[in-house]
Amino acid sequence: MSTSRFIEQIHAASGPLRIRGGGSKDFYGNALAGEVLDTRSHAGIVSYEPTELVITARCGTPLAEIEAALAEKNQMLAFEPPRFGDGATIGGVVAAGLSGPRRAAAGAVRDYVLGVHLLDGAGHLLRFGGQVMKNVAGYDVSRLMAGSLGTLGLILDVSLKVLPKPAAEATLRFAMPQGQAIATINAWGGRPLPLSATAWQDDALTLRLSGARAAVSEAAAALGGERLGDDAAADFWNGLRDHRAAFFAGDAPLWRLALPTATPPLDLPGATLIEWGGGQRWLRTAASAADIRAAAAAAGGHAALFRGGDKSGGAFQPLPPALAALNQRVRRALDPEGVFDSGRR
Amino acid sequence: MTARDPHDHPAHPIDEDTRSKLLAELAEILPAESLRVDFEDTKPYECDGLTAYRQLPLAVALPDDEAQVVAVLEACHRHRVPVVARGAGTGLSGGATPVVDGVVLSLAKFMRILGIDAASRTARVQPGVRNLAISEAAAPYGLYYAPDPSSQIACTIGGNVAENSGGVHCLKYGLTVHNVLRLRVATIDGEVLEIGSEAPDSPGYDLLAFMIGFEGMLGVVLEATVKLTPKPQTAQVVMASFGDVVKAGDAVAAIIGAGIIPAGLEMMDKPATAAVEDFVHAGYDLDAAAILLAESDGTPAEVAEEIAAMRAVLEQAGASRLAVSRDEAERLRFWAGRKAAFPAVGRITPDYMCMDGTIPRRFLSRVLTRIDELSREYGLRCANVFHAGDGNLHPLIMFDASDPEQMRRAIGFGGRILELSVEVGGTITGEHGVGIEKVRQMCAQFSADEIMAFHALKAAFDPLRLLNPGKAVPMPRHCSEYRLTASARGK
Ligand SMILES: Cc1cc2nc3c(=O)[nH]c(=O)nc-3n(C[C@H](O)[C@H](O)[C@H](O)COP(=O)(O)OP(=O)(O)OC[C@H]3O[C@@H](n4cnc5c(N)ncnc54)[C@H](O)[C@@H]3O)c2cc1C
Repeated sequence: MSTSRFIEQIHAASGPLRIRGGGSKDFYGNALAGEVLDTRSHAGIVSYEPTELVITARCGTPLAEIEAALAEKNQMLAFEPPRFGDGATIGGVVAAGLSGPRRAAAGAVRDYVLGVHLLDGAGHLLRFGGQVMKNVAGYDVSRLMAGSLGTLGLILDVSLKVLPKPAAEATLRFAMPQGQAIATINAWGGRPLPLSATAWQDDALTLRLSGARAAVSEAAAALGGERLGDDAAADFWNGLRDHRAAFFAGDAPLWRLALPTATPPLDLPGATLIEWGGGQRWLRTAASAADIRAAAAAAGGHAALFRGGDKSGGAFQPLPPALAALNQRVRRALDPEGVFDSGRR
Repeated sequence: MTARDPHDHPAHPIDEDTRSKLLAELAEILPAESLRVDFEDTKPYECDGLTAYRQLPLAVALPDDEAQVVAVLEACHRHRVPVVARGAGTGLSGGATPVVDGVVLSLAKFMRILGIDAASRTARVQPGVRNLAISEAAAPYGLYYAPDPSSQIACTIGGNVAENSGGVHCLKYGLTVHNVLRLRVATIDGEVLEIGSEAPDSPGYDLLAFMIGFEGMLGVVLEATVKLTPKPQTAQVVMASFGDVVKAGDAVAAIIGAGIIPAGLEMMDKPATAAVEDFVHAGYDLDAAAILLAESDGTPAEVAEEIAAMRAVLEQAGASRLAVSRDEAERLRFWAGRKAAFPAVGRITPDYMCMDGTIPRRFLSRVLTRIDELSREYGLRCANVFHAGDGNLHPLIMFDASDPEQMRRAIGFGGRILELSVEVGGTITGEHGVGIEKVRQMCAQFSADEIMAFHALKAAFDPLRLLNPGKAVPMPRHCSEYRLTASARGK
């Protein structure tokens, strides 16, 4: 059985292990280091209860398999994880902690994590959370795994909350410069509209509405704009979600800035694509890491070098010393020997 | 998995010298009226909403600024004296109950709403701000704070964060963890940290998600930024009666199966509706074995569409009566009954204990049948209130705490319900926390390695275990004892 193979590999490890699923996100996080622990042999959906809104799957299960199973019951992973290629596994989805276009409306990966089975650095099997929506017994270790990039322990199985697919969707487009687009999406975000995604690029603001038929058609009528056809809309949002859109092509360093949503346009050179109601801003730029991070921090946010560029200064915004120390203590609490301390996070 | 041995509990009784030194230092830090030491002044703090457990603290500190909180923590840390943070004291698991020779750190004076940012839909608040006060302050902007525990007129955001509190609208709008963006936290050694931020996905580990629901064990919340939600234009609720609880449970699954996530989906059994109806006259069907309340919110057309869909599903599922709220007053009346369920039961019994297990909904009938058998076995009445949409059960065990024998039976009965929740794959607590009350049953839900992991994580924040010692996570030795008794009982 694959679990016992993982335990053997953990016990035999002489240096840090690098947990890897399909490798679709090898580009993400700090530079890769360590011997690979390949999760793909531990695959398969363990249980799926559509009326309980929960799916449990082994870490190596392809994301595509999970999305197909959910689609059959007209359900979805509401945080719309980026697929970044065919190989993505559900363990990698959770460990990377990346969310797609629906994030501002529906929440992030961690908001949907209900429970995990882990192997810790000693090879102990630990279970946290469970398969129920509400669970406050013990500290919330399951949600802590989201975004941990394999540096806290090996996620063996994960239980995720799922949601019904919306009954109706509509995508609208408006011509609008950046500053006005940011102000507009924040203002609309404060109204009870069924907004499920926003994107601004090249003076065009694109919005997606999702929900009950009546709500979507009323809102579409009220907001106006140019309505995209269903196929064009699907292509557009998938292109954004999976970084297949033209904006993401080429070699220029890709930065991801996370900012308070209403932050006005930043004064940084390069092309910008804005998502999540203003909260996530992609930047193709040759500007220096220091300048980008300073601008993000001044606005109350942070910046990560997402793809390309020079990662020697670290992919993520450095933490204040006290918080960095706390992160290290938390890491060591789960993995005192440093078996998973690959430095990726 | 860690060198630290959680067996050696730090909360030794302190000596007279330490006590007088600490009190002198606290008197330096705090104005006289902010330090309570005498019996009459500390007595009101001897318990929280779980009145069965009481303990007088060494002192109660009521600081009114951050510098005072930090200084109090530093003093307690220096003298190795335990600290229990306290909000409104409405917690139901003993989280805010004082510990022997410990200081209660009340955040009651931190009542300011520091700012509402209508553009980004956030509110920055102090920890002692009441849950409902946030929504009241946001109302002029057409916004509100979504998580709505039934105690929302009294409970504080600090307490909500510590318990990851939920409410009747959490099925659609999420729990506290889904609605808090940032915390400012003081650790026991007086370090002040910013956890999370107004920007999404902070760098480092997701300590924000990890800390929410920490039961006052990892730090003291000094400030929170919460997400505000646009107020829906309108809402309506369907009340459906069922001849038996199994049918009602199936109806819940059918609604979700039909692709509907109601804004609220609650169930009450007959003993609960009877108690409530007597108290608030909500218009509940007293002949029903169970009633369901299913709410829809949104635009008028959207609500009409969803209510029609839910009616159809509920009829199909065998509802014996259906009533849809005709106006806002009636909608609020339907909910008033549900929100007053605990006090209503409180009127018909000297004391009650509220259980909080969450179960996969498909086991509802099995669990309710078993609770009914246990009620007879222990000779105590029980009413059931149920956040049906997310499987969170609130059996209310009725007893008289002045009778030690009844008290013993109530604790036994409650423990069995918690174990039952774990048996069917659920959890001992969905939203009220472990506290003192359920600390033994943690051993039913978690293995020795898992308990050790919790202790190691606690030590990353509070190595001396001074914050709320003895709560939430059992000592491994207690689990060995627990397992012995459980196996002796023939489990
Ligand atoms: C009638 C009634 C109905 C209820 N209904 C619900 C419900 O629907 N949903 C629900 O989830 N709960 C409910 N509760 C439980 C309770 O109201 C919640 O747990 C609430 O969040 C507690 O808030 P509080 O301010 O009273 O906290 P307290 O009871 O004062 O404290 C609770 C815990 O929080 C810690 N704490 C408090 N403030 C801080 C701080 N600033 N920093 C660190 N730790 C802190 C304490 O140490 C303690 O462990 C109900 C209680 C009652 C009495």
